[in-house]
Amino acid sequence: MAKLDLNRVPMPRQIPKISGKNFNEVALGYSLEQAQEEASRCILCPRRPCVGGCPVEIDIPGFIQAIRDGDMPEAVRILKNKNALPGICGRVCPQETQCEVVCVLDKKGAPIAIGRLERFVADWERANMPSANSSPVSPRPTGKRVAVVGSGPAGLTAAADLAKLGHSVTIFEALHVAGGVLMYGIPEFRLPEEIVQAEVDYVASLGVKIELDSVVGKLMTIDELLGNGYDAVFLGTGAGLPMFMNIPGENLNGIYSANEFLTRVNLMKAYQFSEYDTPVKVGKRVAVIGGGNVAMDSARCALRLGADEVYIVYRRSEAEMSARREEVENAQEEGIQFKLLTNPKQFLGDEQNQVVGMECYEMELGEPDESGRRRPVVKAGSEFVIEVDVVVVALGTTPNPLIAQTTHGLETTRRGTVVADEEVGKTMKGKVWAGGDIVTGAATVISAMGAGKHAAADINKYLGG
Amino acid sequence: MPGIHLFKVAAPSVAKKARPGQFVVVRIDETGERIPLTIADWDEKEGSVTIVFMEVGTTTARLALLGEGDSMANFVGPLGLPTHIERFGTVVCVAGGVGVAPIAPIARELKEAGNKIISILGARSQNLLFWEDKLRSVSDQLIVTTDDGSYGRKGLVTEPLKELLASGEKIAQVVAIGPSIMMKFCAETTQPFGVKTMVSLNSIMVDGTGMCGCCRISVGGLTKFACVDGPDFDGHQVDWDLLIARQRIYLDEEKRSFEQWRGQSGSCA
Ligand SMILES: Cc1cc2nc3c(=O)[nH]c(=O)nc-3n(C[C@H](O)[C@H](O)[C@H](O)COP(=O)(O)OP(=O)(O)OC[C@H]3O[C@@H](n4cnc5c(N)ncnc54)[C@H](O)[C@@H]3O)c2cc1C
Ligand SMILES: Cc1cc2nc3c(=O)[nH]c(=O)nc-3n(C[C@H](O)[C@H](O)[C@H](O)COP(=O)(O)OP(=O)(O)OC[C@H]3O[C@@H](n4cnc5c(N)ncnc54)[C@H](O)[C@@H]3O)c2cc1C
Ligand code: SF4
Ligand code: SF4
Ligand code: FES
Repeated sequence: MAKLDLNRVPMPRQIPKISGKNFNEVALGYSLEQAQEEASRCILCPRRPCVGGCPVEIDIPGFIQAIRDGDMPEAVRILKNKNALPGICGRVCPQETQCEVVCVLDKKGAPIAIGRLERFVADWERANMPSANSSPVSPRPTGKRVAVVGSGPAGLTAAADLAKLGHSVTIFEALHVAGGVLMYGIPEFRLPEEIVQAEVDYVASLGVKIELDSVVGKLMTIDELLGNGYDAVFLGTGAGLPMFMNIPGENLNGIYSANEFLTRVNLMKAYQFSEYDTPVKVGKRVAVIGGGNVAMDSARCALRLGADEVYIVYRRSEAEMSARREEVENAQEEGIQFKLLTNPKQFLGDEQNQVVGMECYEMELGEPDESGRRRPVVKAGSEFVIEVDVVVVALGTTPNPLIAQTTHGLETTRRGTVVADEEVGKTMKGKVWAGGDIVTGAATVISAMGAGKHAAADINKYLGG
Repeated sequence: MPGIHLFKVAAPSVAKKARPGQFVVVRIDETGERIPLTIADWDEKEGSVTIVFMEVGTTTARLALLGEGDSMANFVGPLGLPTHIERFGTVVCVAGGVGVAPIAPIARELKEAGNKIISILGARSQNLLFWEDKLRSVSDQLIVTTDDGSYGRKGLVTEPLKELLASGEKIAQVVAIGPSIMMKFCAETTQPFGVKTMVSLNSIMVDGTGMCGCCRISVGGLTKFACVDGPDFDGHQVDWDLLIARQRIYLDEEKRSFEQWRGQSGSCA
């Protein structure tokens, strides 16, 4: 047997000096040779711990074997068997805490680059197999109708699975495009729109109807859907309500929620302003408050819009940041400056109500809090001012209350999340299931997909499938 | 009419749910901005929704070029909370400029709910007045003002408003819709009389569903999202200076966008 290779095949990417100036994808993906070389490192171990690390239990050694054999259609089939959106997951899953962390090679060296291989297979499919070929044979219609509310990863996955089982599925989406956070939140340079659109098209090719511009709770309520011939409803409306800090000056001009900033830039294409009509403030000095993926994405967008200086302002230290390691490194390499152990006290504005500065405290870490991370505490008398002209608040989101307010009998928690069975997503209301960020609060693409999948299976059971 | 346009849009599902005070968000095409416009009228049987808008920048100017049979890429609604309608007694409805469009259905439903309606309709000049008859038909009394005196009474809407308040007639509520500055002065006029004054705020919006926080305003010292907590608010509680300042966030960009569009389209609008 050949000697174990403990190093991953590196993935080609744009160099940071250049990537920080354009909205094109940063990571460029493996070639077939690179993919096969990386795949050949897998020892196809019989215990297959990687499969258990994946929330949707993809047959990882199976698709890796297919790549090794050069049988790409088979690799596609294996992936799509469990995951309707591999091109997305391969790019944005936190693999380092899921499938890859449990790979047996992790302890010896670098784990197999499962996400990169998954991405490679998905990209190969897009380039080489027109979607018609990959669509499964049409199932026998069951005559049952399911409404899916929200077209993020949870909704798309649930819809795809239900359609494959022969149910008639309609997705209702509030925005003018489908895809949820994948479209309006995660930027082009990390997840190209074209990839998300291809996955949405795939779901539509299964016979799923997608009704855009349809705000459930306004245009129709859940009860009206159930009264108008839908046999079940799946809620995948995400956690779209931005949180603010409630400190003085937060409503000054130039202060954005990350949702607004990213929506303007990604969904409305403000980075191509003049060609597109939606404006965004291009700051010279931009501060992004927060330490998650959303903060990294906002900071990297601000840089690409042309800011001179972009700061990440985070109240704990780098070790506590919830962003993926890779995203923190990308941000640092592109020149984002990290102001750690720093927390805003108030925003300062000029007479036009324009933000010009941010007064901050220095922080230090105390005892661990409920999250297990050390609690940041204010250093007395440490206030200092950072000059800024744009601020992006990326402190998290909670579910939009619209659905809960307009649906009788749907129970919610104090945090505004919908109460649902952990395994299958059944809510306290008859015929209604929920999954994804609306149940868990802001989480991950793959956990939302997992929730969509489990709920679809349970809905199918309920519908007599 | 110069710069003011009325469109009847086929949108059966929106027409079915529309209530006075609600709005839609429209986008002309792929490159267009999402802008909010109040539902000025609707016809459930016909499946239509009426919007009235004034040309003030790129999007409204582009919208104005659409004609019969054309379509817009997106038309989302009905959004926002409907105006609270009940039998209050005597209600004064003050409309400034295009504000007559949103106020007409509100006055109609208030009238149907058994209120006495006194309407004040104001515009800069006679050629900017519209829907006078429509508003008159649902009002017990109608007062028209123009800034330049070209029609009706010369002056601002706040003058007859103040006289009504001072006349001794018991006024239960005032509803004022129009430019921010006019709503601000209406609220200032009614405050000393302690008459509740509802206004419809037009902050800058993107999604119109509570997702972005762009529309945030301060009411009674608390931050609210105009698109989901409103657009109707108690005018005495609104931080008007903040609202007006936030409406000016993109003045530079808007100007650039408009000039460029005008250059490209070759129009002399
Ligand atoms: C900037 C950013 C970066 C992220 N990066 C990563 C990452 O790298 N890796 C990762 O795994 N996760 C990441 N996440 C988190 C991940 O995107 C979410 O956890 C995931 O998208 C949740 O999926 P969902 O289907 O539950 O909801 P969403 O994706 O939020 O979709 C919900 C959809 O429902 C629609 N909707 C809401 N209300 C209504 C209504 N009343 N009627 C009709 N439609 C409605 C919304 O418009 C939206 O399209 C990121 C999130 C953000 C914001
Ligand atoms: C709830 C609500 C209801 C409205 N109803 C009507 C109506 O019935 N008729 C009407 O003529 N106008 C209405 N407006 C105002 C209308 O939305 C703006 O005039 C329009 O967006 C201007 O776009 P523009 O591109 O033509 O002009 P721009 O040059 O982009 O802007 C001109 C001014 O309009 C405001 N504005 C710009 N973009 C937006 C935006 N996305 N959202 C809101 N305001 C913006 C700003 O204050 C700006 O300075 C309403 C606004 C709100 C919030
Ligand atoms: S879906 Fe995500 S967790 Fe599962 S194998 Fe792919 S990258 Fe890993
Ligand atoms: S755990 Fe690692 S080595 Fe084992 S099968 Fe999975 S990917 Fe291959
Ligand atoms: S317009 Fe986005 S929250 Fe109101």
